[in-house]
This record gives sequence, structure tokens and C-alpha cells, in this order.
Amino acid sequence: MLVNEVINAKDLPVMEFDGIIVGGGGAGMRASLQLAESGLNTAVISKVFPTRSHTVSAQGGITCAIQSDDPDDDWRWHMFDTVKGSDYIGDQEAIEYMCSEGPKAVFELEHMGLPFSRTEEGRIYQRPFGGQSKDYGKGGQATRTCAAADRTGHSLLHTLFQANLKAGTNFLNEWFAVDLVLNADKAVVGVIAFKIETGEIYYIKSKATVLATGGAGRIYSSTTNALINSGDGIGMALRAGMPVQDIEMWQFHPTGIHGAGTLVTEGCRGEGGYLLNKDGERFMERYAPNAKDLASRDVVARSMALEILEGRGCGPNADHIFLRLDHLGPEVVHKRLPGITELSKTFAGVDPAVQPIPVVPTCHYMMGGIPTNINGQVISVEHGEDKIVDGLFAAGEVACVSVHGGNRLGGNSLLDLVVFGRAAGLYIEESMKQGIEVKDASNDDIEKALERLNRLNASTEGDQVSVLKEKMQQNMQNNFGVFRRGDLMEKGIEELAKTREEVNDIFLQDKSATFNTARIEALEMQNLFEVAEATAITANERKESRGAHARDDFTERDDENWLKHSIYYADTKEVSKRDVNYRPKTVQAFQPMVRSY
Amino acid sequence: MSSAAIPVAQIKTITMSIYRYDPTLDKKPYMQDIIVEVPTDKDIMVLDALHLAKAQEPSLSYRRSCREGVCGSDGMNINGKNGLACVTPLSEVIKRNKITLRPMPGLPVVRDLIVDMKQFYDQLEKVRPYLITKSDSPDIERTQSPEDREQLDGLYECILCGCCSTSCPSFWWNPDKFLGPAALLQSWRFIADTRDEATDERLDDLEDAFSLYRCHGIMNCVSVCPKGLNPTEAISNIRNKLLTRKKA
Repeated sequence: MLVNEVINAKDLPVMEFDGIIVGGGGAGMRASLQLAESGLNTAVISKVFPTRSHTVSAQGGITCAIQSDDPDDDWRWHMFDTVKGSDYIGDQEAIEYMCSEGPKAVFELEHMGLPFSRTEEGRIYQRPFGGQSKDYGKGGQATRTCAAADRTGHSLLHTLFQANLKAGTNFLNEWFAVDLVLNADKAVVGVIAFKIETGEIYYIKSKATVLATGGAGRIYSSTTNALINSGDGIGMALRAGMPVQDIEMWQFHPTGIHGAGTLVTEGCRGEGGYLLNKDGERFMERYAPNAKDLASRDVVARSMALEILEGRGCGPNADHIFLRLDHLGPEVVHKRLPGITELSKTFAGVDPAVQPIPVVPTCHYMMGGIPTNINGQVISVEHGEDKIVDGLFAAGEVACVSVHGGNRLGGNSLLDLVVFGRAAGLYIEESMKQGIEVKDASNDDIEKALERLNRLNASTEGDQVSVLKEKMQQNMQNNFGVFRRGDLMEKGIEELAKTREEVNDIFLQDKSATFNTARIEALEMQNLFEVAEATAITANERKESRGAHARDDFTERDDENWLKHSIYYADTKEVSKRDVNYRPKTVQAFQPMVRSY
Repeated sequence: MSSAAIPVAQIKTITMSIYRYDPTLDKKPYMQDIIVEVPTDKDIMVLDALHLAKAQEPSLSYRRSCREGVCGSDGMNINGKNGLACVTPLSEVIKRNKITLRPMPGLPVVRDLIVDMKQFYDQLEKVRPYLITKSDSPDIERTQSPEDREQLDGLYECILCGCCSTSCPSFWWNPDKFLGPAALLQSWRFIADTRDEATDERLDDLEDAFSLYRCHGIMNCVSVCPKGLNPTEAISNIRNKLLTRKKA
């Protein structure tokens, strides 16, 4: 059966695996590795060949207290920094798990062959990163971020792909997952997916489905994210009746290359680089007297945006900031930051060993996502109570476990995806051993997951993807950026509401079944739109400033009302609150304090 | 790759001559000219120009992901030479307001600029592209000196775009038997890794007339690699290793 036909459930061929993972990035392939090594029949469904996933673009490193640079380093200090970085809405049980299990997960990567840079002693090289301290913020800057030059994500992703080849994982490469299939008990029992090359479509059945589809930075017009980051997992979850949590929390990375949006790692500042305004002033000394350029990303991004707004930006249009590296010398720049050197030459026409790089805060990371517990099990919230969704897991950027809360620290995303990809795998492995009984999906259940495709195939007129996408991206960029304001957000929400029908009725002119990228882009657009709408409505609802969510009309953090997760459902478009976890298992919880760097 | 900031003067519209083929609709491939308007105040990449073409002609198909030269999706033949569309500035390849784009040569075309990479990936898998160890892993990381780690520079950065293997005449001729520059670079990446404990087996696997020895040092691989890597050197390193092993 082909993707461009009228597809009905009773004729749909079925494939079955013990576990399926949607997404072939770091989280997905760490989960699949765990399952494949335990002998389970495991499949990774990835819309691109796995090494083309966005993990490949991570640069600076993976933050973890492995005690290489500092033998006295302590995962509890890393936990403190992460809780503080989250502006106190990160779940402390999850952060405790990530920081304490982290060293094991990092050493496993080294054992798999990850080509980490090395110290003179032959251990893994670590560099300073933003928001990292010793002794619970009292001992100065920590050097904790493990690196493979400035290509850590590339090295990590390729290493995981290699390990999966060795373990015999089944790869369904260049397959697109359309929607989740739920049975009568509302348990997830697989996905509808098609092979992009030929258009052959299947119901892929499994007792455990892991969403590891990454982020959705393409809701904004200026982003460091790959073109494939379209929030497919978020779209699937919202349509299937699951919630998203803290989706208003979007990280703007301080240093995207001006005009191009490509990322320049925080590791540049870790290695000693700093930011300058048009007067040549090292302005971060004013905003963060202690940590300066290595303050948390939300703090640095806001400071830069203020400098530009107040007329101290660089260049003829005073619209960017300079990142200076030349004082480090060509040796450090070319050896420690070879990828940055290449990107700066290509996208800014400058050699950072000689000239400063023009940078601006650029959309980078989605802190929110599908709520899960530390086993990766997806959680829905019913009448204020957490309830586990059977058969569905999420890990990595698509998930909100939540270790990043209102603001993620640099180097914590790679740690998040290996630790929780692994944790989901371990949990599934264990529950498979004990045996899982689930009801089969009926034809009616499967039909529901086919609706979107059939509607697209039937389209005869309407708007093109490129038009709708640009409208949405401009709206998000203008009304839901670094600084937010109620009246503008309401205007933005209205605009989205007006576009909703057009997105549902998107026009697919090209109905070919063979490698039809127009069909993929239409399906991706619908996913992006779900993320954009959830972001907009939730951002307007959170009436405070916290982490990356900075409002001009509510400038203070409001712990009395908003020391909470936001929870959003697409069917009602309503926002509710969920308690933040302050119950770590082995240490005392860190209580909210004034956050300064 | 260094002139992104240099403005392309005068150009307003350009002609993109693009290889088109959808096997379900077209009897045979053809070249389509798509006229695209490009900005005059700044340079753009070939991939950006392709996006403009696709906005006019949504059925135009090509792979893309990171758009910054690290994922290896958009390898294609640009004016006769393989490269990545996302890091190739238009100003460097445009001639008389025209640019010609074809799929990477030597592999079956799936549609338009998209080739079937199966043979390429199959050859990669043959070199067992993963670390093989026999001794127990320590509780922490294995140690490796910075000098030993440096042996992997110029090897681990490969992005599997396929530009090298699909510009190699030996690979065009024997894509099923000659492993090709990309796979052999990966083979050397693991032989050169002091942590790997399967050097002999890896070398054994390459001791036939085709897998390695079909490389004739043409060096097309080196001239097209968008990451500046040198597969020919890796191949000669493997040859030397095989020779010294025989002598010993």
C-alpha cells in the first residue's frame, strides 16, 4: 500500500518489533542501543539517515562531574548549578539522577569509542562552561564540560550509530512517522509510518514506543536548529491527547552567527573568549560581575539584546554583538575550536583567530516537552493527578523530564539525552522481561492515526507550506522572542488562530509516492504549528519572568503563583499547573534563591 | 569557502539548471531551468538558492538537514564537481548567471537530486566501523595520550556525505567490491585508534584484489571533500601497514 492512495486500516500491512524508537538522534540511539544489546528486536524509525540528526550540530561538550580536570569535583555541585540554572522549576529527582548517573553514561561513550580530546594525563579533556560552579556556587568557575574539540555532538552521534550497527539494531532510515496508534485503553501500541523513498506505508506495532524526535526550533525564523527540527513528536503527542509541559520555555543561545543563525559554541567563551559592544566594552562585567561571559545563557542573551536595544550594537545597523577570540592565539583557536573556525569563515567571512565573530541571540533549544518520569514514561495529568501513559516513552529534547526547567545550562543537553535515552531503554528492558499485555488496536483505532494523511492526499486547493511557514515563523519571532509582552502575545495568538484552518487544510500539489519532500514538509508544518500554538498560549498564561521567559509586563519571578510547571492540552487549549519535584532521593532539596551570576 | 561576506554585485535573477527525474511520472530524466531571484546585497549558499527554487516548484526534491556542513545530507554535483550545497557560496560557482545541479554520480537516482546511498552505506558497514576491544573496560575512561588522540584528527570528522566515493572512478566501476574512499577512511580511523584491538582482523579483511587495492591514487576524493579530509593518505597508510605486517 502506498502513501498517496486512499489508505484504510484493514488493508494496511503490519510490522512488529519489541520496541520502536522514533528518531535517530542521540537520545533515540542511546535507547535503541540499550534495547538491542539486551536482545530485544528493536527498530529505529528515522526520517533522515541517523548521522544527519541534529545532535550532530552540538559543539562544546557534555557537562559531567567525571573528576578529570578537578579530582574534587562533585556531581552534587553540578546538581546545584542545574537547579539554579533552571530557575528552580527543574525536577530535582530527575536532576539528581542525571548528575549522579552521568559519569557512568559518559564513560560508556568513551568505551564505545567516542574520540574525546585528552589531557596530558590521558584523561577526558574538560572545559569551563556557563553556569558551572564549584562548591554550590561558592568556589568559583568549574571546569566540567567533556569535549571532543568543538565537535562533541558529531562525535557522540557517530559513536552511537557505530555502536548500534555493532549491536544489530534494525534501522528504518528515511522513514517518516505520521501519528501514534492508541488502543481502546488509550495505551500506545505503535505508529503509522511510511518509507520516504518508495511511499510504502505500514502500521508498525510495538508494546513500547519511544519518542526521541528532538526539538522544534524551526517555529522561529532565526534559529540554530537544523531544517528537520519540526517537533514531530510534540505534534504526535498533542494530537493523541497527551500534554506538553513548560513549552513556553525557549532558549535563545547568545551566540548564533549574525544573519545565518548557525551556532557558535559557548565553549568559545569557556576557552576565554568574550563579548563586546560597539564601544569595545566587555559589557557582561556590568550584568554578571562574577561569572561575566559565562553567566547562564538566558542572562547573557538578555544582556546582549538590551545592549542592542539601547543602541550599543555593532555594525552599520547596530544589530549585533562581537565575540572576540583573537587574543587566545591561533594555536588555541585552531586546535580547540576548529569547527568554529570553519563555520565563521563560511558564514561570517571572518577568521576568528584574527577578527571578532558577529553574533546575536538565536533560538536554540526547547526546554519544555512531553512530561515524563525518570524512566522516560510519558505522564498525563488528569484532575491534577499524574497518570502514566502505557506504552509511550520520550527522551531527549522532545521530553520534559524535567532537568532544564526554565533555562538549560550548556553541555546539559548531551548529558540529558544519553542519561535518559539509556534510562528509558533500561526500564523497557526490565518491563519486557516481566511481560506486558496490551489490547490490539482495532481498525477504528488505526483509522484515527491515518486521518491526517488521508486529508492531505485529498487536498485540491489551499495554501502552500512555504507561505504558511513564513507567516508562523515571523509571528513567533516578533511576538514570542527574548522579551515578551501580553498585548503582543495576544495579537500573536490571534494570528495563529486565524491560520489554524489553513494549516489543517494544507494543499499538497505533488502527490507522488516517490521521495516526496513536499509531503514531508506539509506533515512537518502541521507539527510545527502545534508547537507554535502551544508555546504562544502557554507563554501568555505564565504571568511572571523566569528563566528564558522574560516579560516586560511581569518583570519579577513569582514563586507564590508560578513555582510550577505549566501543562497544556491541545484539545482544550487550556493551561494548568503541575507541582515541581523537590524530592531528590539522596540529598536535601535546593530551595529557591535569588538567582545572580 | 571564505568569501561569504563578499557581496555579489549586479546579480538579480539567476538560472538554476536542475536535473529532474521522478521515475513514477517521467519516462527519462531531463534538465529543468528554474529562474530564481537572489539578493544582491549579500551572498547566499547554493542550498538557499535551492529553497527559493523549491518555493516555486514544490515537487523539486533534495536532501537537507543541518544547513551548516556537518550532517552530510546535501552532497550533490555542482557545476560538475561534488560538494555540499549548504556551504558552497553561490558567488563561487555561478558562471554567466547560471548554475547546474545534478545528483552525485555513480549511484542510482531515486528522484531529482536524491541518490540511493545503499551501496555507499553497505561498503561502510563492511569495514566494521566501530571500536572493537577485547580487554575489559576500566571503571572510568580508557586513557589515551593527546599525541595518540591526535592520530584521529582528519579521520573522525567524516560526515558520510558521499562526495568522495561518488567522485571516484574506481568506485563507479566496482561499487560492490571496492570499498571506496569514505569506507577506507573509516577503516583507518579505527586502525589508527590506540584503543582498538582488532587491527589484524581489520587488515585481513582488506587483503584481496578489490577492497583496498582498486584505489589508483586519482585523488578526486581529496579534491572534493567538503571537510578537507584526505582519504588517499588514509588508504596509503593502510597499504603501508599491510606491507610492514608482511615483512614482520
